[in-house]
Amino acid sequence: MNLPLRDLVPQVLGVLVRRGADFAAAEDAVQEALVEAVRRWGNEVVEDDGRRAGEDDGAGAAGPADRTGRPADLKAWLVTVAWRKFLDARRSASARALREVRVGLEPPSGPAEQTDDTLLVLSRCCHPALTPASAIALTLRAVGGLTTARIARAFLVPEATMAQRISRAKRTVAGERFETPGDVTAVLRVLYLMFNEGFTSASAVGRRPRATAPAGGSERAAAPAGQPVSARVPEVDLAGEAIRLARQLTAAVPGDPEASGLLALMLLHHARRAARFDAAGELVPLDRQDRSLWDTAMIAEGVDILQRALARELLGEYQAQAAIAALHDDARTAAETDWPQILTWYDELLSVAPGNRVAELNRAIAVGHVDGPRAGLRVLAELDAGLPRYDAATAYLREMAGERAEAARRYAAAAAAADSAAERTHLLKQAARLNEKAATT
Amino acid sequence: MKYLMLKHYRGGPEKHPNSRSPMDRWTPEEISAHIAFMDEVIDDLRERGEFVDAQALAPRGAFVRYDGEGRPPVTDGPFAETKDLIAGWIVIDVESDERAHEAAAYLSSAPGPGGQPLHEWIEVRPFLGDASEVTG
Repeated sequence: MNLPLRDLVPQVLGVLVRRGADFAAAEDAVQEALVEAVRRWGNEVVEDDGRRAGEDDGAGAAGPADRTGRPADLKAWLVTVAWRKFLDARRSASARALREVRVGLEPPSGPAEQTDDTLLVLSRCCHPALTPASAIALTLRAVGGLTTARIARAFLVPEATMAQRISRAKRTVAGERFETPGDVTAVLRVLYLMFNEGFTSASAVGRRPRATAPAGGSERAAAPAGQPVSARVPEVDLAGEAIRLARQLTAAVPGDPEASGLLALMLLHHARRAARFDAAGELVPLDRQDRSLWDTAMIAEGVDILQRALARELLGEYQAQAAIAALHDDARTAAETDWPQILTWYDELLSVAPGNRVAELNRAIAVGHVDGPRAGLRVLAELDAGLPRYDAATAYLREMAGERAEAARRYAAAAAAADSAAERTHLLKQAARLNEKAATT
Repeated sequence: MKYLMLKHYRGGPEKHPNSRSPMDRWTPEEISAHIAFMDEVIDDLRERGEFVDAQALAPRGAFVRYDGEGRPPVTDGPFAETKDLIAGWIVIDVESDERAHEAAAYLSSAPGPGGQPLHEWIEVRPFLGDASEVTG
């Protein structure tokens, strides 16, 4: 067994809960054991890099420790330390509680329960009673095995704030029975939001978001963004974390086509990450990306997972979105994009997820490509103009229709309403590009 | 000592001619150059050990007021009557007023149209220190 420590977290949590620890206390104890591991052996031991974890290959499952002093059986070490932390916490809290725990002590779980425990822990962390922000944070800690400090850094909040958010989340789900897995749909939703959170920020490619310009004279101008965080805490790639967790979920529910669909969707988008930001850290839209930078192996894996999911003929929104992403990935140039097929998939998507407003906007763009910008604009006219990105979609179609001045106005309005600095800069530059052309022609 | 360097969308003393044109009237290259400068300012402050925080604010927002138990909060719309609108800030921790002003002046030299300095007004406000820091 040479799994990185982080992968073992939900299993160890399961062992502690089965021994009689309550979920919240067990989760704290596992977190403390992880922090102890980081303190002893550095971040490498808990990291998700399989090649690094492979260093332990030669040690043998039964060996006492490798030359760095790490135990060969990390899971046993983690269980022992976490259990001791749990008992210590209980002892200091109340001697009576300790006796109750000893009464409740049960034999450790067998290997067959490992993936089940992952699902149990995941569904508890993604409980519908939690806000998405709380569910994401709790999931990253209790399933992802990240330290509170790293999660805090990912969301740019003080560590104490994140610790409090996580402990409140645990109190919210405290009454849930551990033995019954919850709602997979809720888990999918949380992992999807986690992925989006990572995908929309430049940190997905290992760059910090660029500060954006606050310039005088314009009410639409942008302002600087930075990160008030310690550089000593390693950054978290949230999109990568979401993929990791989606892999763990699909291993736990291999027959669920939507879980596979979500994993495929993530892979098919993540494959483009190297092309999504230019050297200056600015956003590059899909139609202008250098497609040679796309990760073809990841695309192939995503397509394979998607095809097997679709073969079950239980279409859901994640499979439909993954199909659209796959069609974009399949085009060697933007001009070769199979828009008629994409439009068909948007119709499928809206039939399984009729309330998906973003899909409605994107469908209008697809209509614009298939039937012309006027047709796309007619579809847009039917939609709520207050939708996020409505102005950007309008601007895109107006430009296609040759209405540059109106497109520029709409891009500028979209920039003013953008909710990320990278997006705002991108939209502002679109407006600037069109205004510049108008001035020179 | 910590200082807040405030950027404004509008408000402040009369603008220098260089900072009167809205950003969507610049060229895309001018926008990129401006952003690169802002990034360099922050990197430079980091390297000097003076950087604390930098944040951008969206232009949207509202004024909200408590209007009594069980009544909806009163809101003054999206900055309906204000002359001033904050775009963002940088917080620095520096030795003196002089250094804070120097940093703000440099920030104000960010390039705009034609690569010329914007001469944008930057409001500089010292933080009130924590009482526990000034004992002894």
